[in-house]
Amino acid sequence: MVNTRVNLCGIELENPVIPASGTFGYGYEFAELYDINCLGTFSFKGTTGEERFGNPTPRIAECTAGLINSVGLQNPGVDAVIARELPKLRACFKKPVMANVSGFSLEEYAETCRRLDGQEQVGWLEVNISCPNVHDGGMSFGKTPQAAAAVTAAVKAVTTKPVIMKLSPNVDDIAAVAAACEAAGADAVSLVNTFLGMRIDLKTRRPVVANRSGGFSGSAIFPIALRMVYEVYEAVKIPVIGMGGVSSAEDVIEMMLAGACAVEVGAANLVDPFACRDIVERLPAVMEKYKIEDLSAIVGQAHQR
Amino acid sequence: MAVLSKDLFTVAKNETVARDVWEMVLEGPTGAVTAPGQFIDIRLESRFLRRPISVCDREEGRLTIIYKVVGGGTEILSTLPAGTRLDVLTGLGNGFDLTKCGDHPILLGGGLGTAPLYWLCRALAARGIRPTVAMGFDTAASVYYADKFPAAGAGEVLVATMDGTAGVKGTVLDAIEDLNRYSYFYTCGPKPMMAAIARAAAIDGECSLEERMGCGFGACMGCSVMTKNGSRRVCKEGPVFGKEELVW
Repeated sequence: MVNTRVNLCGIELENPVIPASGTFGYGYEFAELYDINCLGTFSFKGTTGEERFGNPTPRIAECTAGLINSVGLQNPGVDAVIARELPKLRACFKKPVMANVSGFSLEEYAETCRRLDGQEQVGWLEVNISCPNVHDGGMSFGKTPQAAAAVTAAVKAVTTKPVIMKLSPNVDDIAAVAAACEAAGADAVSLVNTFLGMRIDLKTRRPVVANRSGGFSGSAIFPIALRMVYEVYEAVKIPVIGMGGVSSAEDVIEMMLAGACAVEVGAANLVDPFACRDIVERLPAVMEKYKIEDLSAIVGQAHQR
Repeated sequence: MAVLSKDLFTVAKNETVARDVWEMVLEGPTGAVTAPGQFIDIRLESRFLRRPISVCDREEGRLTIIYKVVGGGTEILSTLPAGTRLDVLTGLGNGFDLTKCGDHPILLGGGLGTAPLYWLCRALAARGIRPTVAMGFDTAASVYYADKFPAAGAGEVLVATMDGTAGVKGTVLDAIEDLNRYSYFYTCGPKPMMAAIARAAAIDGECSLEERMGCGFGACMGCSVMTKNGSRRVCKEGPVFGKEELVW
């Protein structure tokens, strides 16, 4: 019997598989399809202080081995999330959930995190300082180590639960941003969010998505994301959550060897609503194939000389 | 609310029925496909996202879809021979509301948007209703299914083409005398056409929207549309919306 359990900031996960924010809603719609309690946890839709409709459509452009999205943090706002979404989530998911938060000012980040920190089912706060689809917010807070540290400190000052800073790959030195988050008190980092990308329609000769550019994700980015997880693992002592193009149990294991203690799965959910369930189910067999008895023991093994 | 199903289907037929327009028959489990106006989402091996396509007809164990070759993905689809196995999500979206049709509804299709009206026509006929069907195309070479609607229960079939090479010259609205003498309308087609219909209509009706989709089942918020009742996902709350709900 292999052991798929991992520990994330003091909370044990049955397995390291976590649907990423923005690809799993607030969970309950997937719960109509299968019992989502098989997941390690999931990160719910990025939540802001106020309701947001998001960007104009088209918001989606297909790419080779991936897609570009420019959804722009559509969400009902923190009050409605607490009043309407979390009760529905609670009815179908019995484990601690990861609350994903975004914002447009330090105050908004702090206040939204404070509100969600008070929700019993929230196990971790994942703070998105890496959304490429909004102006004057999101990614601009993740571009420099100083800005990332400022958000981290603002959130840590008003919360009690583990704070995971979700990092952007669209930076010069992601390891430096991760180190700054750690120094400012972050309990973990998760990476990577999407890469800025673009497609142009040959017929209209204009960008496919209305917002012109968007965030590129999918299996195409896996090698780049893996390299960044590997780099960040060497730069920090806090746990690292790996994500970016993960679509199989093998990818999960590869991310863990690079240094991830848990792994988020994003774009794969949009192609196959059963993707995460299938990864969880296949994980033990793939572990046996590679003679892994205890999954948490392989975290960062690729770094051993 | 529809609950999706993921199954393997087998291509039973894949033939061109008009210029760049193909009809595909898929055999597989059809239990999740419950209402005309719903769509399916087909995975192609060499493409990342699925292809959302509305259901043109449903029989037990058989789905018919109509698609237009517009890009690389649909081009691949058009080359698939009978016997090809496809990973398909079914039961997506909410279909037309048949209970609102009244005694003489009209079905207005534009181009590819005519496809979902075929099963709708059959379903209405099964309730003893013989709808008028008006279908608009750019030119005669693009017309498909005009000859099939009478057998599907249409009381009257009107064709319009923009260049006048088949039927009445102009849009579907030019093909009919007075939209408001019908009891209810159902429409699917290009947005400008549906907007013109919604503006011309004093009667109530429903429109099936199209939007570029990511997942097709409500997860990504890629196809959101702002309605009078707030934000709605075309793939999940739609694709069919009541006339009064939409902002044109």
